[in-house]
Amino acid sequence: MNALAKPCLDIRSLSAVLPNGLRVLRSVSLAVEPGEVRALVGESGAGKTMIGKAVLGVLPSSVRIVEGDMLLEGEDLGKLQAKARRTLIGARTALIPQDPLTALNPSRRIGPQMTDRLVRILGWSGEKADARIRQLLDEVQIREPERVLKCYPHELSGGMRQRVLIAAAFAAEPRLIVADEPTTALDVTVQKQILRLIAQLQREHGTAILFVTHDLGVVAKISQKVSVLYAGKVVEEAETAALFAAPQHPYTRALMAATPRYTDPFASLKPVDEAVLAGLASEIAAADQAWRRPHG
Amino acid sequence: MDEARISRHGSRARLWLAGGWLLIALLAAIFAPLVAPQDPLAQDLMLERLPPFWLDGAEPGYWLGTDSLGRDLLSRLIFGARIAFIVAFAAALAACLVGSTLGLIAGYFGGWADRIISRIVDVWMAFPPVLFAILLVAVLGTGLSSVIIAIAVIDWTRFCRVIRAETMGQSRMDYVENARIAGYGRIGIMLREVLPNVVPSIVALLSLEMGIAVIVEAILSFVNLSISTDDPTWGGIIAEGRLSIHQAWWVLVFPLVTLILTVLSFSQFGEGLRARFDPVLR
Ligand SMILES: Nc1ncnc2c1ncn2[C@@H]1O[C@H](COP(=O)(O)OP(=O)(O)OP(=O)(O)O)[C@@H](O)[C@H]1O
Ligand SMILES: [Mg+2]
Repeated sequence: MNALAKPCLDIRSLSAVLPNGLRVLRSVSLAVEPGEVRALVGESGAGKTMIGKAVLGVLPSSVRIVEGDMLLEGEDLGKLQAKARRTLIGARTALIPQDPLTALNPSRRIGPQMTDRLVRILGWSGEKADARIRQLLDEVQIREPERVLKCYPHELSGGMRQRVLIAAAFAAEPRLIVADEPTTALDVTVQKQILRLIAQLQREHGTAILFVTHDLGVVAKISQKVSVLYAGKVVEEAETAALFAAPQHPYTRALMAATPRYTDPFASLKPVDEAVLAGLASEIAAADQAWRRPHG
Repeated sequence: MDEARISRHGSRARLWLAGGWLLIALLAAIFAPLVAPQDPLAQDLMLERLPPFWLDGAEPGYWLGTDSLGRDLLSRLIFGARIAFIVAFAAALAACLVGSTLGLIAGYFGGWADRIISRIVDVWMAFPPVLFAILLVAVLGTGLSSVIIAIAVIDWTRFCRVIRAETMGQSRMDYVENARIAGYGRIGIMLREVLPNVVPSIVALLSLEMGIAVIVEAILSFVNLSISTDDPTWGGIIAEGRLSIHQAWWVLVFPLVTLILTVLSFSQFGEGLRARFDPVLR
């Protein structure tokens, strides 16, 4: 990759705290190159969703960023006025959400819901937006676009809804898509299709994706690089192939050992080792100690 | 599946029955001078306490009988419907407008806006409503507009509470967050994304509130605090009927039945409409 090109997303030492002072993100640094798929793995509560929300500017009001910068294609989000930041995020990013049902407005038909954003936010003409949406519905292999466009969200299956949301995410040609566990809420049989679809559209459109998951199998299939997150801290970052070949951090190794393999599903299903957790705890404590000194 | 179909049939029947009664009552109210068989104010001591048409001694043209001053009961009910509907529409719309707007703002923006509005609602609801109404009318003076103002002033909280809760629930949904990411403004999201999802509840509440307004108006005229005593009102007729219950039960029973049917129809109509409006229930 061109060393001179700006990263698509550059998170530098980002820390965020809850009102009780607990850090949910601990000096997270992470750069996603243009067109790259970066996986973000970690167990539940590690802060994966928080990172995605921070990037998209929709952190819960209780969470406060206390340190660090986020650059979207070289533009420092923290230095922009709120309005300009919204416009930039709206134009350059999109979200493929975890739950495709609640991510669609239940009282609006699919068609207007999809074109609305292109027309109202990006200022496209109605016909152009319409044509674009139809093209994207075709790309996500929706066979009866006429019917789907007239449906209300609850009239579609979960897989169809997620296809619609994928189409909507790619429609405005964003530079970066945050995909937050986009297959977890779906039927197992549909999960693979959806994953393949995201990978295919990603390749064709050359969009960078920050792909949040806790499934290492998915990581191996879809990503070029991985960040392993534990308790809001990036404990390991590596090329996907390198990570699987030689995981460096004990937590990564434990995570891999805990992932069932198809050849021997039960033998390898081990919980994360006590010693590893103890090591992590002291690592986190040391990081917090070091952080507290300058931040009082 | 079958259960859903039955309940859908039930809700459709409800909608039509309630809507049918309301339509008849509304048309009668609008065209009162044309459809009322008699002058509702004309007294005739020769005709006092005539029974309804199926009893001995009934007179043709006085279908539901007459009261103790010889006035035609059906005509008085029809003219009473005018006042009932004017109060129902005006008071409910005013309460709905104020309450829903504040509820939407409190539920969507949260924070201090919510704290202030919720506080006001709590204080407001500490007053017993009927006493509150009587007090208000006493201050504003009797008359159609003070009755309307009194009902709106008391009942906006009903809308505010429900719409606030619904809006809060909707605002937590991912589609709202998605709209934020896409770059929509806060007020645009509130009006375009959230509001359509609470409209079914607003419609149901509005219809229910019309029924409540009819009752409150009847109560106020029952205690003689509503409109000038000349104009027939349902509450006024009920008050008169109560005095002659042993001589002429119909003067009490028919306005009561009319009142109950109308109030029930308003609430059932609201429920039916909610089911119609809501894309998920439909
Ligand atoms: N609205 C909120 N307010 C305060 N704290 C929150 C909020 N949402 C999440 N948290 C906390 O922030 C931490 C990170 O949560 P996050 O949702 O990012 O985890 P995650 O890695 O996405 O987990 P999962 O795999 O379960 O989705 C958790 O400890 C959680 O308890
Ligand atoms: Mg999450």
